Amino acid sequence: MKHLISIDQLGRNGIERILDRAASFGSVASREVQKVPALRGRLVVNLFYESSTRTTSSFELAAKRLSADVISIRSSGSSVDKGESLKDTITTLDAYEPAAIVVRHPRAGAADLVARWTRAAVINAGDGAHAHPTQALLDVHTLRQRFGELDGLRIWIVGDIAHSRVARSTAAAFGLMGASVTLCGPPTLLPPGIGAALGCRVVTNLADLGEADVVYALRMQHERMQGGDVPSLNEYAALYGITADRLVANQVVMHPGPVNRGVELAGDVVDSAHSLIGEQVAAGVAVRMAVLYELLAGVEKDDRVREAATA
Amino acid sequence: MEPTQPETVVLDNERMSRALIRVAHEIVEQQPDSELALVGIHTRGAILAARLQPMVAEISGSQVHLGDVDISLYRDDLGSRGASPVVHSTHLDFDVEGKTVVVVDDVLFTGRTVRAAIDAIFDFGRPRSIRLAVLCDRGHRELPIRPDHVGKNIPTAPGDRVNVQLVETDGVDAVTVRRGDGEAHDR
Repeated sequence: MKHLISIDQLGRNGIERILDRAASFGSVASREVQKVPALRGRLVVNLFYESSTRTTSSFELAAKRLSADVISIRSSGSSVDKGESLKDTITTLDAYEPAAIVVRHPRAGAADLVARWTRAAVINAGDGAHAHPTQALLDVHTLRQRFGELDGLRIWIVGDIAHSRVARSTAAAFGLMGASVTLCGPPTLLPPGIGAALGCRVVTNLADLGEADVVYALRMQHERMQGGDVPSLNEYAALYGITADRLVANQVVMHPGPVNRGVELAGDVVDSAHSLIGEQVAAGVAVRMAVLYELLAGVEKDDRVREAATA
Repeated sequence: MEPTQPETVVLDNERMSRALIRVAHEIVEQQPDSELALVGIHTRGAILAARLQPMVAEISGSQVHLGDVDISLYRDDLGSRGASPVVHSTHLDFDVEGKTVVVVDDVLFTGRTVRAAIDAIFDFGRPRSIRLAVLCDRGHRELPIRPDHVGKNIPTAPGDRVNVQLVETDGVDAVTVRRGDGEAHDR
């Protein structure tokens, strides 16, 4: 596997292979020297066309823990501001001979395009409403650490399904791992056919939330909404917000972050014993190390030259 | 497809056990002036270290730490061999600072694995000294590394395969050599 564009590429075996490694990568942080030399002398470029705190910082840290060199580029303050096209930016960066390019972009399909324009391995860190495979991997990792396996686990994904790449990737990954997934949200935020496409049940209210083992709340992406999707955030919170009194004992709550407290999740739920949000963040670095290792450790630097010669 | 090469048994169950007892005595004889720690290299070195630890502890009458390292992330040949299918965790649950660390492996060949293990151990702290104990030394070093304690010296050609089997992983204790099937393996 050269690139990681969407979770479907991996299948259950691929997910398990990467996450089994992630478990041992996690312990690197507890050493006196918090890095291993596995990717020494390789360059990883983070290219972010959307704001992000945890994805960009965890990819940067993951690359550094593997001793790779890292440059991180954000669209604001770069030549993207001056009108440079994505293709020209990639061509420029490719001249630095990176081993991997981690890309986040507001348009679905951007990572796939980048993969055609560079010889580097491309990791999709979120493209529009399409996919966010490393988020899906860290979500599965978090649940495996809590429950062992996901087989038979009942997982509800609640909220803004329409604008969420997390919903697509994470629901697909949970399904591949044997969980039964329910998508829940207001009808205006549930694209037609999404249940069939992802193999999930679709519901429009929280009446049966008590059956869930895991409640995965999605962020209300007001920056992506055209207006009119929901009457107001308050009304959304009243009907779909996950509050302490809607939860039953032993249910765990997840969220990809950043949380709108009081909208999709009540503030006291975020800080309660139900919450696995801290575990999700902690899993991010180890899982991204495992992804970089999976894509780069088997590749000789010379492959780039050879591929270029045969192209 | 693979031609059947004759396999020679160079260590059987009984001789392996005697070799390990001798290595345990040797480790104690070079009585260190600091605490001992045995650190095995995954997978079979870790098993051998776990076997040696109680022997060394009993002979020396003092505490002996036990750990293991996975050197997948420290290899100098990641590109040519590809990603390891499994990266084991490294367990060094004691402070290596100031300890006498004995690295334990099953076969010493090029020395590259041992170099990687030494690098890994230094990422956990600064030991007082590092020594090397191996079940078999098959020669053909590519680095200036020598073992301090050897269970059995096995003269080989570079293309020979030395196969170590242990009860814990393979159901039997035996070391066999198969003559020259070409490719050189260092473990």
